[in-house]
Amino acid sequence: MHGPDIQWYVVLSALLFTTGALGVMLRRNPLIILLSVEIMLNSANLLLIAMSRLHGGEDGQIFAISVMAVAAAEVVVGLGLIVALGRRNVELDVDKLRTLRG
Amino acid sequence: MANFLVWVVWFFAAFACLASALAVVSFSNPFYSALALIGNLASLAVLYLLLSGEFVAAGQVLVYGGAVMVMFLFVIAYLGDRTDESPWSGGPSWQIVGAILAGGAILAEVCVVVGLKAGGFLSKPQHVGRSFGSPEALGRAFLTDHLLAFEVTSIVLLVAAVGGVVLGSHTRRESDARA
Repeated sequence: MHGPDIQWYVVLSALLFTTGALGVMLRRNPLIILLSVEIMLNSANLLLIAMSRLHGGEDGQIFAISVMAVAAAEVVVGLGLIVALGRRNVELDVDKLRTLRG
Repeated sequence: MANFLVWVVWFFAAFACLASALAVVSFSNPFYSALALIGNLASLAVLYLLLSGEFVAAGQVLVYGGAVMVMFLFVIAYLGDRTDESPWSGGPSWQIVGAILAGGAILAEVCVVVGLKAGGFLSKPQHVGRSFGSPEALGRAFLTDHLLAFEVTSIVLLVAAVGGVVLGSHTRRESDARA
């Protein structure tokens, strides 16, 4: 295998996951929170594919493709919710959407 | 020589990946964030190619960079700019401090675990043949060992499509009644 060892991919994946997690925790716009969730899913995908290359089996890549399909489903539902919010003319701010708070 | 070239490509792709991820998180306009995420997905596809995942890289560009991001950009353009948040004002300051501490903890955990436990295992990758990660090999794996996951994925996508239609049509009826 040419190029960097798997450790480099693990560290890169951890950095990406941290960036996405910070986006989810710090931002208040639900659209940007969805985009940050995509970053987190993709960091997991990178790690799955790196480990699949390390062990020489295709199972990790199968997992990564399944994660992509689940991410597409998640985006459909999340964007549907955001469009439903937008139709009601509420401000897109997760701190102000507190109708469900007990 | 080939080794050096792979390192150079890896560094460029990894830098682009991290920089665009930071851009996604820090832009205040969601449209720019979505455009930065396209760069992130493309540089991740380059990394997948370096890991000999050709089919996954193609799927990443087509499904993620194409279909999903078009959907994102369409929704962002449909909703328009209706938020006036400044990027890093996510609630009270203890929340920001806690979030950064939690992020640092995740990072430290991963690095410590990899360094202590797995360092030796991770530097000896198996040799793989030329067909590793090809559509043929992945298709065979999907239709033999992972047939259940394949079928369940189709049901998940169907349920998500139905959910999207229900979410969209419900609000339309309500706004008609109000008008």
